[in-house]
Amino acid sequence: MSINSKAAPVVFNNVTKVYGKDVVAVDNINLKIEAGKLVTLLGPSGCGKTTTLRMIAGLEMATKGSIFIGDSDVTLLPATDRDVSMVFQSYALFPHMSVMENVAYGLGFSGFDKSETKDRAVQGLDLVGLKGYGDRLPSELSGGQQQRVAVARALVLEPQVLLFDEPLSNLDAKLRRQVREEIREIQQNLGLTVVYVTHDQEEALAVSDEIVVMYNAGIAQIGSPRDLYDAPADRFVADFIGEANIISCEIVAVSGDTATINIAGFIHTLPSRGLSVGPAQLAVRPTRLIMNAPSGITVTVQKATYVGSRMEYTLKAEFGTLFSVSENVDEPLKVGQSLAVGLDKIGPVLLPKI
Amino acid sequence: MKPLASLKQPANPVLIFWIAIGLVGFFAVPWYGVEDFFKFEWLIDGYPFDADYAPAAFLLGQAEKLWLAPLILPLLAPFAVLLKRKSDPLYARVLIVAGAIGLGWIILQGFSIGIRGWNFGWLQVFFGDLNDRQYGMGYGGMLVAVAFLFLFTQGIAARGAINGDVFVVSSISGIVVIVTIFVFFPIAKMLTAAFITDGGGYSLSVFASKFFDDRLWGLGCLSGGRCGVAWNSVFLAVLVGLITTTLGLIFALVVTRSGFRYKRALRALTVLPIITPPFVIGLALILLFGLSGAVTTFFSDAFGIQPTRWLYGLPGVLIAQILAFTPIAFLVLIGVVEGVSPSMEEAAQTLRASKWQVFKTVSLPLMRPGLANAFLLGFIESMADFGNPLVLGGNFDVLSTEIFFAIVGAQYDQGKAAVLAMVLLCFTLGAFYAQRFWLGKKSYTTVSGKGDSGMHPHMPRALSIPVLALAMIWAAFTMVVYAMIFYGSVVELWGVNNSLTFKHYITAFSFRFEESGIRWSGAAWDSFWTTLKIAGIAAPLTAIVGLITAYLLTRQTFAGKNAFEFGTMLSFAIPGTVIGVSYILAFNVPPIEITGTGIILVVSFIFRNMPVGVRAGIASMSQLDKSLDESSLTLGANSWQTFRRIILPLLRPAILAALVYSFVRAMTAISAVIFLVSAEYDMATSYIIGRVENNDYGLAIAYSTTLIFVMLAVVGAMQLVVGKTEIGRRMSQSRTNV
Repeated sequence: MSINSKAAPVVFNNVTKVYGKDVVAVDNINLKIEAGKLVTLLGPSGCGKTTTLRMIAGLEMATKGSIFIGDSDVTLLPATDRDVSMVFQSYALFPHMSVMENVAYGLGFSGFDKSETKDRAVQGLDLVGLKGYGDRLPSELSGGQQQRVAVARALVLEPQVLLFDEPLSNLDAKLRRQVREEIREIQQNLGLTVVYVTHDQEEALAVSDEIVVMYNAGIAQIGSPRDLYDAPADRFVADFIGEANIISCEIVAVSGDTATINIAGFIHTLPSRGLSVGPAQLAVRPTRLIMNAPSGITVTVQKATYVGSRMEYTLKAEFGTLFSVSENVDEPLKVGQSLAVGLDKIGPVLLPKI
Repeated sequence: MKPLASLKQPANPVLIFWIAIGLVGFFAVPWYGVEDFFKFEWLIDGYPFDADYAPAAFLLGQAEKLWLAPLILPLLAPFAVLLKRKSDPLYARVLIVAGAIGLGWIILQGFSIGIRGWNFGWLQVFFGDLNDRQYGMGYGGMLVAVAFLFLFTQGIAARGAINGDVFVVSSISGIVVIVTIFVFFPIAKMLTAAFITDGGGYSLSVFASKFFDDRLWGLGCLSGGRCGVAWNSVFLAVLVGLITTTLGLIFALVVTRSGFRYKRALRALTVLPIITPPFVIGLALILLFGLSGAVTTFFSDAFGIQPTRWLYGLPGVLIAQILAFTPIAFLVLIGVVEGVSPSMEEAAQTLRASKWQVFKTVSLPLMRPGLANAFLLGFIESMADFGNPLVLGGNFDVLSTEIFFAIVGAQYDQGKAAVLAMVLLCFTLGAFYAQRFWLGKKSYTTVSGKGDSGMHPHMPRALSIPVLALAMIWAAFTMVVYAMIFYGSVVELWGVNNSLTFKHYITAFSFRFEESGIRWSGAAWDSFWTTLKIAGIAAPLTAIVGLITAYLLTRQTFAGKNAFEFGTMLSFAIPGTVIGVSYILAFNVPPIEITGTGIILVVSFIFRNMPVGVRAGIASMSQLDKSLDESSLTLGANSWQTFRRIILPLLRPAILAALVYSFVRAMTAISAVIFLVSAEYDMATSYIIGRVENNDYGLAIAYSTTLIFVMLAVVGAMQLVVGKTEIGRRMSQSRTNV
């Protein structure tokens, strides 16, 4: 016997959640989370990501729409009766129970007999590397260890979906990286369906198969980390995931999938992404600006900062400032210097004008 | 959802349980009330065929009380859906209909048919003579009613109310029902009693003549005569509120903002009102300032001042109430004074305000809502106090004593008692309402749970000297009063024969060893054991009701939650005398006929003290992170299992506190008790009052002293136990909620 996965997909059909009379926390979202995938809900605070997670857990009930886990409609099912477990931001370990009792807690309600409960709990602790800590009280563990107990407690139930609510926010930076790798490893080894809430975009990029970016109670974009980074759907996503320079530009011609744009006199061609001739916006990552290009936007260096592994520049252009990063630390640009800044072949993307 | 859940038997064990309870109530236990709820003589006294002890089914079998027959149908109906799934709409519908019809029928027949047959004339006209009667319901009626209620709640839970949570739905309904029966129903009954004429009809003029009585609202005292009792009460309550608030603030300032060394001793003052029966202070004052009091005799011997009865009346009651309620004001204000964030005061200091300016412009204004709060509490307590006015009032009548004499005196006028009780209730409810809704949201205290690194500055010197002096004088006075209580209990006959003796203790608490065991021959034992028994039964029930209510209020959201909270906290503002009068009026006749029994005492304690349990529960539950419950729920426990396995173990200190406080309060209560005691169930406090009325002060004081020591021991033991558990919990909590 070992801990297996019964991973199931999660589907949201036109789900809305309204608190009280008119506070819309989640507004008519559609979502499909595939079985065995780690999906992150990412967004600024108040965007509805935690509400979405709690609706999967059954701790909040959808006001409208329906939610499916596997083949069954769970919209009206309370948390107790859903095959979902959750790791809380505060871990929510029961302070009056030992680590072993905490991990065995849920098994007791799932019809396992005593010896099987114990075996599974031991295995769960083993899986998170806490063998032999069973008799301690949660208060006798470090923060990272408590976090693992919380994970073990959720894992041993072999849930159809495992939920994480900002699980790393109480850990220090170094531990955060280590624990997130462990979570990812366990998820991949067992093939679990995991839904993970965070507001840290780096964390989301690092662990996810797919990221759901939420904004203002709705979904801004769904895609793989790479999709989101390289091809943000709108200005909000471009800005929220990594840093981006948003530059106003004019599409002067479109032929096929290629658009020709004019940025303050500089002409550039790139994929049109379905946009037509007229004003638009261009999102460019700081690393995708080419310094001292043969042709490009004319700028002057306003600020140059040395941060060890790279140089950071604030550049003044005719239409505003650009932020750029350069690996070349040995021959830095000088403040006041004028130059032309070109655009990388991949990276810059066109966004519709807001 | 869970594979294992789907294997579960569809027959729901909870449903089976309530069906079984209903059947037991109908077929196995006596339907009507037996003589004594806690004695089981009926089992060998003609049960099950004797009409007094027969279960409903046996009554019907003998063709009696046929109006109970319709209950069989809704009792059996749930069997039809026993094997149905919860999600089946039929399941919910059958349970709701059966529960509602059953419960409705029980209420209907209970109110329609009483001791004299039909209770309402028009029923008689409609159905003809009944030629039968019924008394109050007993075990059977109670079990069947409870079963119907919970069948009904299972039905609405199955329909999806509150996420289909049976435990929560049932708890809410259960509490709403018992609060309705034991708080709102008696009050409503009392209100109607105010309109009843001598002939039994209803009339507004009866109410008006009693309400506008000169004895109630007269303003004669302005022209040298006597004022109405309502004005007396208000005047006294305002004075007590003002003075206790001032003294409370003084003590709070001494403890938090002075270099005074014996702060812990001052804090011990807060325990006093909890352990002191309310009239004991009055007794001690008589020993000091009464006609033959120690101080009076001293002055008359030394300076030849003629002893007077100045104590009996407003001055005595005022002093006694100030002594009794200052610690309550202190308890409220210490929180407020400590709650003012030191950083505010420090900020003011850095802005070049002097100590006095800081106090006047920052500290005091921030405390203002707390001061108003303390005033209102003192006002309510003084209005509701019964013991001290009874002992010391003399010719100074207040509402609470007036109510008592309207009921027990020669006049025996229930209507008048009801009108007076209404007036008293309006005053206290008004103050309660003001406290909750006007001040509730207006608190400036800045307790965030996070440590505020800062020190409260000391009071300015000009303030601290008078404050310290007043506090010292008052503390000394309090100590003298308490010493007096103890000393008075070992004096032969106060003021006449001052030789020391244990005579009073022996009269009250003597016992002999005989062959058959210990013989409790003392005069006080009867009431002492009754008090312990009643308080012992009431305390756990109070704690249960209080904690479940607190759980619902802090952890669940449901429609009407605010009304629910207001209803459950309301009994705090209902003076004991009002409870006493309304219980007599409501529970002297069927369908619930419990006056003169121990049950009515237990019930009155539960609802008098419930707010204490609720507050203790709310305070500690709001310290438990909600994610603990949620994680238990996501791990597959239902809300009952979560309550039992997570909340209850973590709330052990709160439970203990609620238990002990409700026990102690039940032992010291007098105002409601004095209406509800009977020869068989006499309580310690009413026994003592009886002794006082017979001028048997020695015994009364000896008994009171004993009570104080018993309760001191109980509270002390609790603080030892609770103190320990709390440390353990706090340590573990501080780490988990990093």
